[in-house]
Amino acid sequence: MYRDYILDHYKNPRNFGELEGATHSYHDSNPLCGDELTMSLRIGNGHVDDVRFQGKGCAISQASASILTEEIKGKTLDEVKAIDRDQVLANLGIPISPARVKCALLSLKTLKGAAWGLTAWPGEEKK
Amino acid sequence: MAVTTARATPALDVARIRADFPILEQRVNGKRVVYLDNAATSQKPRQVLEAMQRVFEEHNANIHRGVYEFSERTTAAFEEARAKVARFINAPSEREVIFVRNATEAVNLVAYAWGRDNIRRGDRIVTTVLEHHSDFVPWQQLAKDVGAELVVVDVDDEGRLRRDQLSAELRKGAKLLAITQASNGLGTVNPVREIAAEAHAAGATVLVDAAQAVPHTPVDVQVLGADFLVFSGHKMLAPPGSGAVWGREALLERMRPFLYGGDMISRVTVTKTEWNELPWKFEAGTSSYVDAIGLGVAIDYLCAVGLRAIHDHELMLVAQLLSRLEAIPGVTVYGPRTVEDRVGVVSFNIEGIHPHDAATIFDREGVCVRAGHHCNHPLMTRLGVPATTRASMYLYNTVDELDRLVDAVHKAKKVFGV
Repeated sequence: MYRDYILDHYKNPRNFGELEGATHSYHDSNPLCGDELTMSLRIGNGHVDDVRFQGKGCAISQASASILTEEIKGKTLDEVKAIDRDQVLANLGIPISPARVKCALLSLKTLKGAAWGLTAWPGEEKK
Repeated sequence: MAVTTARATPALDVARIRADFPILEQRVNGKRVVYLDNAATSQKPRQVLEAMQRVFEEHNANIHRGVYEFSERTTAAFEEARAKVARFINAPSEREVIFVRNATEAVNLVAYAWGRDNIRRGDRIVTTVLEHHSDFVPWQQLAKDVGAELVVVDVDDEGRLRRDQLSAELRKGAKLLAITQASNGLGTVNPVREIAAEAHAAGATVLVDAAQAVPHTPVDVQVLGADFLVFSGHKMLAPPGSGAVWGREALLERMRPFLYGGDMISRVTVTKTEWNELPWKFEAGTSSYVDAIGLGVAIDYLCAVGLRAIHDHELMLVAQLLSRLEAIPGVTVYGPRTVEDRVGVVSFNIEGIHPHDAATIFDREGVCVRAGHHCNHPLMTRLGVPATTRASMYLYNTVDELDRLVDAVHKAKKVFGV
């Protein structure tokens, strides 16, 4: 499960940090694991001009987010909205055990929230 | 049934004990399994499995109902299991032992059947940050529902209860003290006997969550001086679905039932119902009677081995594991660093590796540990970590297995380059 490229994305996350001029930003977590993610997008003309993520947690959750940011740069918002769980799991390229699927998919959940213009899970937005 | 496998000897004959647990021969990822998640649930010896099988094959029938032989035999076995539980925890009377599915149901029984009539607006419920959610959430919600105050006593940096704080809170007055005897997250054992005396002096009723104590160390409810004591069977060699509440008869008599339905009644008319006597007043519906019978056999097994010997064995393992883990750079151990007042639970983290990643790598090595918050969110928050890796030992574990765990820690560090 811990192939070199997964560990590489975990230790050297791509597109990590704050995004200046972000138009879309969403935060979510897996409270049971303590995984946290924020995904920020800068959308212009319906395209993802730039993306950054911030977070902490297990290698699977963080590597999944890092890989996803590489995948979506330059895509249209509609293409981002169409990404599904199978694609995210396929991007990881390793068998994910049932107990760890939640870790792997936190990135997708966070990206979808951002893409659809939410800031957090409805009802849990920062007051 | 006779348990001939183990005798009370100064040191456990672990090889002989292990022969009773077929699951310990299983291989995971090509390696013999090392089961170190006993605080979550224990494995079951053949004696328990066979006794349950015999009920189903030889005389299964619903209890307390039939007037035929099968029902009478099953009822007798069920009530015999109750007597074993009563003797095991030195309950003054079998009428005080109520079978439930687990410790969670046990605490809820007390929270509903006692709590709702005795905890009122403005009352104080004192508990601790060491509690498992099962002995925390029911009180938090009861407090919220009736307008009572929930007071949560802290631990020190080694995970030992802040006795000064507890005493101060009890002196302010409390209606209930809900306290764990042994922490499932850290292995800390609380001096419940002294604490219960203090709580009684303050006028509080005392509930002891003994889910991590009863399987591992001799527990005597009369010595402890508790008012309620709860535990689960599945953590003590018995099947899931078995567990018990012990409560003082005077309290149980005054309590309303928890669940309504069959078997808990003595007479029902269209307008009113009279309750059955103790303990059946609290056992509505068909009990998990085969599981309860299994619990009785598990108690036979534990008694034949000896609780004192089991406890000593676990402390030996804890001492071995603590010294091995502390020698590994980057490993942080949470909870008490000594074997004093402790059960066989060791929580730790490896710097740079999330507990879930560590446990996943351990699994590749055939080593089963728990990684997570251990149903202990408030405690994890107090420790300042989202989760820990927890190894929890029982009578069948060996020092060799601890070495397998330590090897797995080194493996995880190698994989992550830390």
